[in-house]
Amino acid sequence: MTLTPSQTIGPFFGHALPYSAGPYLVGADDPAGWWLRGRVCDGAGEPVPDALIEIWQADPAGRLDHSAGFRGFGRCPTDEAGDFALHTVKPGPVVGADGLRHAPYLAVTLFARGLLRHLYTRVYFPDEPAANAADPLLNQLPEPQRATLLARQTEDGYAFDIRLQGEHETVFFTS
Amino acid sequence: MSTIEQPLPEPGDTGVHPPLHWPAYGSTGLRAPQRRLVGLPPALVEETGPATSAILGDHPLGERDYDLTRQHDGEPLGERIIVHGQVRDRQGRPVPHSLVEIWQTNSAGRYPHHADRHPAPHDPNFTGVGRCLTDAAGRYRFVTIKPGAYPWRNHDNAWRPAHIHFSLFGRAFTQRLITQMYFPGDPLFGQDPILNSVPESARPALISAFDLSATVPEWALGYRFDIVLGGDAATPFEEGE
Repeated sequence: MTLTPSQTIGPFFGHALPYSAGPYLVGADDPAGWWLRGRVCDGAGEPVPDALIEIWQADPAGRLDHSAGFRGFGRCPTDEAGDFALHTVKPGPVVGADGLRHAPYLAVTLFARGLLRHLYTRVYFPDEPAANAADPLLNQLPEPQRATLLARQTEDGYAFDIRLQGEHETVFFTS
Repeated sequence: MSTIEQPLPEPGDTGVHPPLHWPAYGSTGLRAPQRRLVGLPPALVEETGPATSAILGDHPLGERDYDLTRQHDGEPLGERIIVHGQVRDRQGRPVPHSLVEIWQTNSAGRYPHHADRHPAPHDPNFTGVGRCLTDAAGRYRFVTIKPGAYPWRNHDNAWRPAHIHFSLFGRAFTQRLITQMYFPGDPLFGQDPILNSVPESARPALISAFDLSATVPEWALGYRFDIVLGGDAATPFEEGE
């Protein structure tokens, strides 16, 4: 089977891909909810205003078979300043197919004009030092790259910027 | 012919998807990551994906979501078409009950988007957005109008061939795909860097086939566009299971 090739999302998806829950993986009134805020920047440090972020995650117990309630999925376009924001809860740790327990993270896809394929990245949490220190993926990355996958704690949750190029280029994955 | 330096194959390179850096498409210049991508380790998160009900959120499918010609009071202008096909995974298995989203220009080549400055008319009866679910055999079907070509500023006298954007989820986060469907015989293929970023052997997979069997007499021409998703859905979560 020949795979269907990827193509860029282009700049004009703003009216498309309706998703009513949008950035709310949990409701605004969920006591465990917080905001993941970030900015997408290009190689010149300029914001990317025509990107789309999607996240997929385990629930707080580390489960992925979301049968009721928690959707585990969120979608947010960047605004004119390249900013996005998603309201969610902390995922629990997940055991990989390798049998190892992984540090909690959010799986992220990034689409944008100028990206012929979407990019995968992950958001890890700064308040999980022990789990992060034992994580097999984080441990295979040199420190400067590892740091790009760690969110920063903020007043209302976490911040995670995505840099497409440059000295602090975010680590991206391929499946 | 000048030779363009080809990037090294990346982990997971299928020889099908375009490279991230493609100089002929100017927007890749500052956006394509320059470091080698890291192969994803086996991980339950990316091998699973959201259920269709979760992606739909509080916005269930409307009965006219698949028919872009019946979303407004009047009929849109243009050539009415039916676009259908089957979604399968790389093993050839159908991907059933999965959300397919499309968006496109109107027949004049204009998006209803504030940033689209192409001075072609808007069509009040066409928004150009559709959604449907694949059936048990992975089949989908849309009724729409043929989109128009439009100019862009990538290079001298640059025009995008008519195309429909497709977004698919499959059953795993790693099966996620956004692509573009083109129409057979378009004279603009040769100068379009977005289509031509795809390796030549895989380009035909992006071009739909005229389909007389899907053509409805005295009403609409049919086109077939089959889609094959990559990734591996190790643990598909079927709705209703």
